[in-house]
Amino acid sequence: MTSGPKIELGRRYRFAASHRLHTARLTEDENWRVFGKCNNPFGHGHNYVVEVSVSGDVNPATGMIANLADLDNFVHREVIEPFDHRYLNEEVAAFRETVPTTENLCFEIFARLKNFPHAKLERVRIEETGNNSFEYSGDTIVGDRERDNPEGKRP
Amino acid sequence: MILLTRKIEFSASHFYHNPEFSPEENRRVFGKCNNPHGHGHNYTLEVTVAGEPDPATGMVLDLKDLKEILEREVMQRMDHRHLNYEVPELAGQIPTCENVARVIWNLLEPRITQGKLHRVRLYESADLFADCYRNGAKAV
Repeated sequence: MTSGPKIELGRRYRFAASHRLHTARLTEDENWRVFGKCNNPFGHGHNYVVEVSVSGDVNPATGMIANLADLDNFVHREVIEPFDHRYLNEEVAAFRETVPTTENLCFEIFARLKNFPHAKLERVRIEETGNNSFEYSGDTIVGDRERDNPEGKRP
Repeated sequence: MILLTRKIEFSASHFYHNPEFSPEENRRVFGKCNNPHGHGHNYTLEVTVAGEPDPATGMVLDLKDLKEILEREVMQRMDHRHLNYEVPELAGQIPTCENVARVIWNLLEPRITQGKLHRVRLYESADLFADCYRNGAKAV
């Protein structure tokens, strides 16, 4: 066989959670203008789908990049259990200061999964609804994203 | 560059068993996939070809040609087959999603002569899939 393709294993997981898009850095009026109905003080929820892709050598003895049971256990422990049926703004520490947009969920979930011991995390893709999705591959995001610049100061 | 994707579905049976493992080890590693009677899936295959459209036809490649390649290389080999016993390219390999996707990549790659094979994505179920990319290429 020649060098062959690069192979990734992809797995989809689900959790349901509520959130509110709101930041203390903006006034009430500005929050409403920026976030619209997502700023509703009572919050709202989504059925999230988290698609996790990992890569690595396929073990000839098992035919697998990683044992699915290992991946499932890891993702459940790191993401599904702490996120499912929770209010993200209050119950996930990262979102007490950061707006729980799906972009920021990508960063948080990637950080929680990147140390999976049995394969390399390639990508996290999150569907917030069936009509919108967000992907993060761990690239350095250049710019003034909140996570790189939590005080909101210009570099 | 344009990425063009065609999807096909096939149904096949398989089971996971390594003859070098003990029966206990086979059960521990492969779980219910080790059932020697086998089980089956409806596989969905997405084949993505990258290229520039031909100025005369506006096509990266003719979808009819791609359909025929997929019929000959994948459907006739794998549809309603037992992957452990009936697909010579998988002989000696555990027919996991990763290995089946790699076999499909290796079958298709030399056949796609207009444009270049960019990605093979094989869904074993809606929640489990394997992707193959050209080695060294950036996943998109």
